[in-house]
Amino acid sequence: MKAGKHIKTLNSNLS
Amino acid sequence: MIHKYKLNGYNICLDVHSGAVHVLDDAAYDILDYCDENMTENPPEAMFSALSGKYDRDELTETYEALYELYEMGQLFSPDDYEKFADMMTKAPVKSMCINISHDCNLRCEYCFAAKGDFGQGRCLMSIETAKKAIDFIIANSGTRHNLEVDFFGGEPLMNFKVVQQTVEYARSIEKQHHKNFRFTLTTNGLLLDDEKMEYLNREMANVVLSLDGRKEVNDKLRVTPGGKGCYDIIVPKYQKLISQRSKDKDYYIRGTFTKYNLDFTNDILEMRKLGFDQLSIEPVVSDPKLDYSIKYEDLPVVFEEYERLANTIIESRRKGDYYNFFHFMIDLNQGPCAIKRLRGCGCGNEYVAVTPQGDIYPCHQFVGNEDYKMGNLNDGTFNTDMKMQFARANVYSKDNCKNCWAKFYCSGGCNANNFQYEGDIKKSHKTSCELEKKRLECAIMIKAALAESGDSSACDGEDCIVEVCH
Repeated sequence: MKAGKHIKTLNSNLS
Repeated sequence: MIHKYKLNGYNICLDVHSGAVHVLDDAAYDILDYCDENMTENPPEAMFSALSGKYDRDELTETYEALYELYEMGQLFSPDDYEKFADMMTKAPVKSMCINISHDCNLRCEYCFAAKGDFGQGRCLMSIETAKKAIDFIIANSGTRHNLEVDFFGGEPLMNFKVVQQTVEYARSIEKQHHKNFRFTLTTNGLLLDDEKMEYLNREMANVVLSLDGRKEVNDKLRVTPGGKGCYDIIVPKYQKLISQRSKDKDYYIRGTFTKYNLDFTNDILEMRKLGFDQLSIEPVVSDPKLDYSIKYEDLPVVFEEYERLANTIIESRRKGDYYNFFHFMIDLNQGPCAIKRLRGCGCGNEYVAVTPQGDIYPCHQFVGNEDYKMGNLNDGTFNTDMKMQFARANVYSKDNCKNCWAKFYCSGGCNANNFQYEGDIKKSHKTSCELEKKRLECAIMIKAALAESGDSSACDGEDCIVEVCH
């Protein structure tokens, strides 16, 4: 998970 | 294309063509209304005009920059360039087969799509000769595929248990010489389970699907013997014994059907859990819309609310350390199937076929009995490759309602049999099924967001949820 102040990205390749 | 929605206090955005999932604060969520596939480095003035009463200019600018960074990384409004892959697998071999080993059943479930066991074709059992031809067929038609799958289905497969055993033995005896690896599964109503059969299923079947609708009063209302008696008290102890002896490296599912009569199906999942089971599934009934127990489009708000209740129940349980798996909320956000697989779906009629005791071949178990969709016969060696191609070309880009749908890489164009049953066309998606699938996906993604927030590493599919500031 990558988290910033406004946005958290839950995943990392749509293969 | 993106799909954004609010659920359970989370603002969620799925970037459809990259698969990225973002959880947003309110400002980012609102700003997305002023963004599209042509984002620019400078924020649009319309955004400031519309949102300046709600957020200050600096916050809007900062948040827009974070969104633009995602856009530049290909994780927001990423382009759709997958259509070129859609026909890539049209010549795929047959690798998976449903063997209707029995067109007879010892239950008369009211909602059975198999016409209470015989698929409308008269009660009969498959002979070992026909079963061997089925195994020979899948080997001969599987090309270079190594992993082959056979599901014993019916009717009730355990009514023809001897032939199940002989079929497995035959396949195992020839798989190595053909460089194949068979994976067997079996679906049962449980009535005929005994110690011998349990030991066999736990040894030979990679997956067993055990039918149970949940609470006793729910199960016994529709899952009845020919004499009209319920079966809950007979099957539950057998399932508990089978699962207690089953190796952890083999799959099982307790699999139920919910109808208009139990739209509070979270209680049925909780009943399954209370009985000690942890691999659970309950699915909406597929039936003639005229029937009392059918689920209709107007029932969807109630069903949606129930899926949300189930999602919250699962989150609450997980936070207390109680893990159980709900089949339709399983989603792997990091990998899952490749995009090629997602484009073409379950493989019905192309990679997957069903065979009957008479040796007839159909696109899948739900088409059995529909003469218009008979693909051939094991005894006369016929196999309609034109029909196979028709199904091979039924992918998300050949279905008008699917190609621009946000859920296309998760539902993969839906169920061809449902489309045919309700809409009369395998390429015309069934609206109620679509809405149900989209709701389940929204809930599944929300569960991931909630578990990630509470530091549950399974939310990231086994990766540590290391927080790295990047926006």
